[in-house]
This record gives sequence, C-alpha cells and structure tokens, in this order.
Amino acid sequence: MKKQAKFGIGIGVIVLSMGFLGWLGYGESKTYYHTIAELQTLSGSELSHRIRVGGSVAPGSIRHLAGRVDFVLEGEGKSLPVSYLSSDPLPDTFIDKSQALVEGHATTDGRFVADVVQAKCASKYEAAPGGTAVPPSKAAMKGSM
Amino acid sequence: MDVFGSFALVLAFICAVYAFVGGIAAIVTRHPLLIKSARQSGIATCCLIFIATFSIEYLFFTDNFASAYVVSHSNRALATFYKIGALWAGQEGSLLFWSFVLAIYVFSVLVAYRNKNGELMPYVGVILAGVQIFFLTLNNFIASPFKALAVPGANGAMEFVARSDGNGLTPLLQYPEMVIHPPHLYSGYTGFTIPFAFALAALLARYPGEKWIHLTRKWTMIAWGFQTAGILLGAHWAYAVLGWGGYWGWDPVENASLLPWLTGTAFLHSVMMQEKRGMMKVWNVWLVFSTFLLCIMGTFLTRSGVVSSVHAFAQSNIGRWFVGFLVVIFLTCLVAYVKNRDYLTSENQLDSVVSRESSFLFNNLVLLVSCVAVLSGTLFPVLSEAVSGSKISVGAPFFNKVNIPLGLFLLFLTGVGPLLAWRKTSAESLKRNFAWPLILGLIGGAALFFAGMREFYALLCFSLCIFVTTTILMEFYRGAKVIRTRSGASFLTSAIELTMRNTRRYGGYIVHMGMVLIFIGLAGAAFTQNVQKEMQQGSSMQIGKYTLVLQGLDTKPEANYTGHRLIVEVFVANKPIMMLYPERREFETNGETGTMVAIYSTLREDLYVVYAGQSPAGSDLPVIHAYLNPLVKWIWFGGVIVVFGTLVALMPNRRAVLVLTGAGAKQTAGETLVRGMTPSVTIREGHD
Repeated sequence: MKKQAKFGIGIGVIVLSMGFLGWLGYGESKTYYHTIAELQTLSGSELSHRIRVGGSVAPGSIRHLAGRVDFVLEGEGKSLPVSYLSSDPLPDTFIDKSQALVEGHATTDGRFVADVVQAKCASKYEAAPGGTAVPPSKAAMKGSM
Repeated sequence: MDVFGSFALVLAFICAVYAFVGGIAAIVTRHPLLIKSARQSGIATCCLIFIATFSIEYLFFTDNFASAYVVSHSNRALATFYKIGALWAGQEGSLLFWSFVLAIYVFSVLVAYRNKNGELMPYVGVILAGVQIFFLTLNNFIASPFKALAVPGANGAMEFVARSDGNGLTPLLQYPEMVIHPPHLYSGYTGFTIPFAFALAALLARYPGEKWIHLTRKWTMIAWGFQTAGILLGAHWAYAVLGWGGYWGWDPVENASLLPWLTGTAFLHSVMMQEKRGMMKVWNVWLVFSTFLLCIMGTFLTRSGVVSSVHAFAQSNIGRWFVGFLVVIFLTCLVAYVKNRDYLTSENQLDSVVSRESSFLFNNLVLLVSCVAVLSGTLFPVLSEAVSGSKISVGAPFFNKVNIPLGLFLLFLTGVGPLLAWRKTSAESLKRNFAWPLILGLIGGAALFFAGMREFYALLCFSLCIFVTTTILMEFYRGAKVIRTRSGASFLTSAIELTMRNTRRYGGYIVHMGMVLIFIGLAGAAFTQNVQKEMQQGSSMQIGKYTLVLQGLDTKPEANYTGHRLIVEVFVANKPIMMLYPERREFETNGETGTMVAIYSTLREDLYVVYAGQSPAGSDLPVIHAYLNPLVKWIWFGGVIVVFGTLVALMPNRRAVLVLTGAGAKQTAGETLVRGMTPSVTIREGHD
C-alpha cells in the first residue's frame, strides 16, 4: 500500500470516529434556544425538547421553597414562571434583575422546570450608575486633572 | 488625569497611523530615515498607551468618582490590590488593557530588533501598527474608558458630576487570582500577534532563509506559555470561587481561550518539520494566521453577545468592529498567501508512517480536529440557526465525547513522537525505545483494574501516563548517563547539564511531563463525589473518609463586605484533622454576595466545602455542599511544570563546552570551564 494511502486511512479513521462521537454527543446534549415569547407558542413534540431560555429575574420573585426555588424570568414584555429543582446551589450572581439563563423543560401549564440556572458573570456587564450624584464642586475630586 | 489619559490615547492613535503609513512608505522607498521614523513612531505609540493605562490606574487609586468607569468598577473601601484588577472589570478598561499588553510586546520587538533583520522589520512594524490602530480606534472612539460621569441637568443638557463613592467591584473579581489570571490570558492572546506579524511579514517580504521561522517559534512559545498559565489560572479561579466543584464547563469564553492554544500547540510541533526538513510550510503559515484569527474571534465571541455565555460582556455593537477586523485580516492573509505561495514550496515529502514527521502530522490532525470540534460546538447556535432556523446549543457531553479520546490519543503521541526517528524508524529502534514503557504502562493499567477501577477512559489515561512518563525518564536517563560517564558528576547534575545543552528538546520533555500530570488530574474527575445537607450546629455529614461536623457560625464585618463563616471541623476515622471555614460574603455597595470555598487539598484528593446558603425549606439552617474531587492538585502542579518547561525551552543552549581538567587550565574565549568534569567536547547543539 502506498504511504499516502496509509496516511489517508489514518486521517479518515480519526475524522470519521470523531464525527460519530460528536453526533452521539450532539444527540445527548442538544438544547433549543427560545425566547420567552416563543416558548408560549410551542406545542406538541417541541415541548419535549430540552430548552434554554434567557431573561431578567423579576424583582422580588425569588422564593425559596421546600425542594425548589421559584422565580419569574422577564423578557420582551413577557414573563415566565420558573421552578428550579436541582440540588446544585444557585450562583452568587443570581439576584433580582440579574440576567439569567435557565435550561430544562417547558410544561403544558406554562411553567418552566429548570435543572440548570446560570446568571451572567457580573464582572462583565456594566453596573448601572446608582447612588446620589453630587456636583463636582461638592465631591471629592482628588486626582482629577 | 482623565483628560491627560484621553489625550495620550489620541496621540497614540495618531502615532500608530504614522507608523503604519510611514512604514508602508519606508518599505516602498527603502529610505533609511523613513524606516527609522516609522519605527520611532511605533515605539512612541507604545509609550503613549503606557501613559494612558497608568492614568486610568491613577484614577482608580485616587478614588476619582468623576470618571464613569471608576464609578462603575470601584469604591473607596476596595482594597488597593483589587483596584489594579478593576481596570479590566469592564469592556472599556479591558480593551485598553489589551492595547497595553500588546504595546509591551510591540515595544519589546521594535527595540530588541531595531538593528536586526533589516529587510523584515519594516513589514513587521507595519503589521503591528495595523493591529494597534484597530484597538486604538476602539479605545478612542467606540469604548473609551475616560468618559466623565454625566447626568441630564435641569435644562436637559448633560452635566458633569462626581459621586461621593463608586458602585464597587463585583465580588467575583475580588479574589487574588483575578488580578493575575486576566493579565496572563491577555498576554497569551496579544502575544500571538507577534508570530503573526513575523509570519505575514516574511511572506510579504519573501524573506530568505529560515530565520523568520525561529523568531516566530520563539514568540509563539512565549505567548503559548502565557496562554497556558492564563487558562489554568482561570480554571483554578472557577474552581476556587464559583463554588460548583468543577474547573471547566465548556463555556464559550473558556472555549475561546482554548482555541488559539490548540492551534498554537499544533504550530509549535509542526514548525519542527519545517526547520528540520523544509516541510509543511504552507500549513505552518496558516497555523500562525489561524491562531491570531482565533484570538480575535475569541474576543469577538465574548463581546458581541452572538453566543450566550455566563462570562459575556453586555451586548453591544462592538462585535461588528471585530467582524470587520477579522475579515480584513483574513483577506490580507489570503492575498499575501496567493501572491507568494511559491515561496512556501515544500522541500521534502513524508517517507514513512512510522516516523517523527508522521507523529507530528497526527499530532496536528488531533489538535486541529479538537479545535474544529470546540469551535463548531461553541458556534453551534449560530450555525444551526443559519441552516435550520432553530437555535440549538450543545453542552458538555458533546465536547467531552470528542475531546476525551482525542486528548488520550494526543497523550499517546506525546510518548511516542519524540522517540521516533526522522524519515523512518526501524523495528529495532521501536523495540529499544518502547518495550519498557509499554510493559510498565500495561502493568500499571492491569494493577488499577484489579484494584477495582472500571472507568475505561480513566484506566486508559493512567496507563498512558505511565507509558509517557517512562519514555521521558528514559530519555533523561540515557542522556544523563552519557554525561555522567564522561564527567563523573551525579545523575541530577548530569540531567541538568543535559537539559542546559539542549534546552529546547529537554524543556519540551519537561512540558510533556507537566501535561502528563495535568492528564492525571483530569482523569480524577471520573471519581468525583458530592453531598449536600442542611446542618444544625453539632450535626455531621459524611463524604468519602471525611466526617464534617458543623461547630458553629460567625459573622465578621470587613471594610468592603460582611463575611458569614461556617466553622467546620473535619475528622478522619474519628480523629480531627483540620478546621475549614466556608464563607459567604455580602457586599453592601452593590448588594451582591460572594462565595469563598474552603478546600483541604492533598495530592490524593480535594475536600471542597461550600456554604451553599440557607435552607430553602424555611428553617434558615445553613446548607453545606461538600465535594470530594480526586487528584485535582495534579492539574495545578502540572500547569506549573508546563510553564517551567516552557521557560527552560526558551533559554539559550549552553554554549559548546570544552571541558578541561587540571589546576593550571585557563579559560579561553569560547570555552567554559566546568569544575570537576573530565575533558570532552560536547555533543552537538540544537534540537530535535
């Protein structure tokens, strides 16, 4: 056998094997992105998909209950009640008004049952200026030029 | 100082434009003064960026809350140490920091090579200036960190104001590693600009000889070392701070840092084929181009909001700029390649499947397949939406299914590759080099199997680690034995001497050894356990051999936060071994909380204890989530070894040594005396 053919077979085996494993992994982990508004239009088999939804945590909606945490996600003028059922602790950045991504399944009664909750790393989104602004003359202006 | 910094940035932009335009004019005219002025302008650009960066740090250190950026990311009570890290806490500052790190590289290159590589450097200067222009455009016109704080006034016009205090730094960044990790990662990302500039410059200038490839390799190693350290520090930060018990989650931002690392690693191996046999020239040039493109792509992914990530910056239109820049770079590379492809003609072909070249080829294939898998998995939502209209993401099972076998194959090649001969390896050589490693690897695997280990990948990984370790140790043993026979020095001294004579080769082995340790640590993930429990004072929980007893709670007010600590005593077989203090911190300025994980770390395993908050059942009892993570320490230790090996590989070889004995021997030019060694002319220098 020519050496080019040997290399070709070796390369082909690696690429095809990885393609097959990738396909298996895809089947195991594929998750459909939907907005909150889209979620409310899903029906039939679409509801059985594993789904990821993003939104803002409605202020005052986080309720720690026995065995679950309930909260409401808001986005595009719609809201979505979510029940988080995993034993994994919620991230520290998961607070009122934080941007959160939830993964799980939609139920027919309009709720969302999540087993994964991610809150955006607060380090990377700009904090809204809060507190009381004072005119420069009254503020500590050390070091400004 | 904000006006001063802002002005410095504008001047830097002007200087960079001159370095770019003047540099092109210098290449065309070859006028020495023009070449010099373009170079000086490039150096001035860097100095001005340094000034701008120090200006914003000054604003942080002096609590200047008239600056919008300082207000957003700092407060008076913030520890001075963390005010350094506040620079890269937001988009504007992190882009300035990118320019700053790039400026350090550019300054080093322009100064170090000012009298060298005369034909090449004007091209390098122009390319570097081009990259700097892009980032300075963002710093000046798109995301300036020097904006003054302003609010709408009574008449509707904006009024400049100053706050008495700032919003504070996010708790996740108030951790020492967050002051160390981003500079390393940025040094990796930006560092790949230098090999890119040398490779593109050599192609454009049709620079004769292989000198450029040595320069490219050296700067790639520097960037690669930083990228490795940055990735591992980030993983350690995620492990120690986020409290989820893991260190890698296949998040798009993590993936973005891995992509250029994979292609950079491929280049560092395949470049040897070009140096030794004049092969793979096109492949190597495109690997360098791809590595730089992936660095920019990674930055685009984190800043555009195109893929959802827990790390992603606020969605902004800055992504368009990165797309435009990517397109410009790609087209420049493509045009340069098409016009000069005859310059990259290969001088040799592969001779045998069982050869060093072949192992490098498969090494590159594995790294590239992994890179494609990680990239396609990361971009899957975008790709699937374009193809089918449905936005679908893939998770850890996809990445693990592909990358675990690829990683193990790569580990196998790590042991095999360096011991194969160039061109063709004989059966005798295979037997001599691999018999013992193979036997020991199989014995180790069998012993673990009979000890009860059944996880296939973990078993394979440990067997391969024994195999690779044996091949590396044999290489050191053989080389050191020759030196020891001639010199009479100890094995350790001989091994050090061996390493210093061929730093690149033996530094590479040290890097490989570090990777083996990392793989041992990664294999430990197959045996992780975790338990979560509500705890009353005096109650206990069991995980593995450890019994955790909650002895109490305390509250500690600090300058910037209030810490709520659990006091947990750890017992093994009823004997107390240590106290752990998992903590939750409440930051008053922004209402956020932070977790401080308590870790009892040994080489065997980490006992990882998280104060996971109060019971959701309404009892307000503290909840402890404990993990037992085997072998994690090996990952961090392996990372240190990898970085150490990279540093060794970057050191120059010890000069040819003519070792003389005798009291009266005099040292002459070009000779070095090594006390206690018998005469010998050293073996050849160089690398393999």
